[in-house]
Amino acid sequence: MKRQVPLFITAVIGMFMILSFFVPHQAVSVPSDFLQQTVVILVAFGYVLGGANVLKVNFDGIYKRQPGWFYRLVLVLGLLTTVIVGLAEGRSWQDPKSVSIWIYDHLYAPMNATMFSLLAFFIASAAFRAFRIRTFEAGLLAVAALIVMLGRVPVGDMVTSWLPHSLQLGTLQQWIMDIPQNAAKRAILMGAAMGVMATGLRVILGIERSYLSGED
Amino acid sequence: MPRRRHAAFASGLAVSAAFLLLTISAASAQLPPAPASGLTWSDLPNDAGRAVSLAWHPSPDESLATSPVTGYYVERSTSPGGPWTVVDSTARGVVSRDDQSVRRDTDYFYRITAYGPGGRTPALSVTGPVRATSQWINQTRWSVLVFVVLFFGLVLYYMASAQGGRKPFVRRIAGIDAIEEAIGRATEMGRPVLYVPGIQDIDQMETVAGLVILENVAKITARYETPIKVPVSYPIPFTIAEEMVKSGYLHAGKPEQYDPTSVNFVSPEQFAFVAAITGIMLRDKPGAHIFMGSFYAESLLLAETGFSTGAIQVAGTAQVAQLPFFVVACDYTLIGEELYAASAYLSGEPKLVGSLKGADMLKLCIIAAIAVGCVLETLRMHGFTQWMNTQ
Repeated sequence: MKRQVPLFITAVIGMFMILSFFVPHQAVSVPSDFLQQTVVILVAFGYVLGGANVLKVNFDGIYKRQPGWFYRLVLVLGLLTTVIVGLAEGRSWQDPKSVSIWIYDHLYAPMNATMFSLLAFFIASAAFRAFRIRTFEAGLLAVAALIVMLGRVPVGDMVTSWLPHSLQLGTLQQWIMDIPQNAAKRAILMGAAMGVMATGLRVILGIERSYLSGED
Repeated sequence: MPRRRHAAFASGLAVSAAFLLLTISAASAQLPPAPASGLTWSDLPNDAGRAVSLAWHPSPDESLATSPVTGYYVERSTSPGGPWTVVDSTARGVVSRDDQSVRRDTDYFYRITAYGPGGRTPALSVTGPVRATSQWINQTRWSVLVFVVLFFGLVLYYMASAQGGRKPFVRRIAGIDAIEEAIGRATEMGRPVLYVPGIQDIDQMETVAGLVILENVAKITARYETPIKVPVSYPIPFTIAEEMVKSGYLHAGKPEQYDPTSVNFVSPEQFAFVAAITGIMLRDKPGAHIFMGSFYAESLLLAETGFSTGAIQVAGTAQVAQLPFFVVACDYTLIGEELYAASAYLSGEPKLVGSLKGADMLKLCIIAAIAVGCVLETLRMHGFTQWMNTQ
């Protein structure tokens, strides 16, 4: 029973949600909208569990003086401060002069931007490895990448402006993006869509059931 | 002389006419525009009765060179005499609108009011009663329904067939085979395994696929007695990941080795999550990094940091834009559908493998449909393409 009831609920709700894609009538759309909205409540409970896990794991680390315990302390203090300030400010947190907004603008946003900006350096190092021509395929990749990169900046068109239009870098890069790139991308997307449907069906039919824990 | 007189007279007349025209147009710019007319309505098809389509004839003043019409207000009331509420507005030249804020099975009355700098003029007549009703079937989705039914039929048939002993052949997928190799290497090095099930919530099927693979990975780490670390970005996948790892250890016959702190909730914030994982990579130096699920810009940050630590890396995602980053920075990459096939491949369970064959057969049907569509379109027969169009 411990497994049958959740599997039954999953199957019924899953089939109902598939049905709601084809039947717009209120007899189906209203309950389906309601079910989707109730997810928010489930997620709220999930955040309580997640928050408890964050505190437990990091308090343990601080208590046992694990390597990097100081960073754990900063994390816990940051978490608690943000939550307490948010609760204390209530609905006025959206006021531009609120402490919550200050935390967001002066701590969160710069740290977020710092992490994101690292991407530029990682792209450079990854590109350096990707464009080393060791095989025929790697050569094709490098040439295609060179055409696309040059074709997307004004200098690309400028240096090939003396060529016929169909041989200019701008035209070539557009052809690469529209034809071979798009064809490969769509093939991958179609395959992935089949995979999504198959996985969904397996979950609905209860064939993939490990999420219910291993106890039979 | 008479010629000169005529010229003077003509130029005087032109100046007077121009002055008169300017005076009239200046005066008319301050007048309210002429009303719009001919408002018609229709119930928006294939919906839950929450919208109506409205179309009208423009104000005749729109055609003037200096038009006094700025746009139109769509006004609604529950009785023909008002009071009227503005529910939408359009710019000059736009003469149709869908009102998506109606209640189903309720009678409404509509009028269009033209407005401009000189004021506003309601239409001379009111249209109604207008009623939105819901439909039982979305007529534009028949093609999807046919393919879904076909897909379910094929999958169920091949599942039954595989259970009956005719297990289909599955080609070797190097990326999945590499998972065990990676865990073996981490074991030899005496280091943990890091598993990241994507950065999205459970409503993404890639996350579901990543979590299903996690169970198989946990089974292998349990067998090799190697610790596993699973940082998770959302709370619902976090609770499922805990169950998956527990289940893996249970099925490997080593439930006592399960470490409740192996699965951690980190943060749904993209770069906070990245910071936490790169921290784990640099501090704990896992021997193997396995990324399976949905990834965005963080894919390269994770994979490049992982590469710098020297760990063996296996990734899988259906996010086409992130695949090149994983291909470059990881040792093995599962591309698109391989991610969804991984759980069937790793478990080898006939039912799961049968579902792969069903999906492949549908792919064949889609290829055939694309070929037929191309031929029909070439012959200028558009019926099939229109049938495949959905809303």
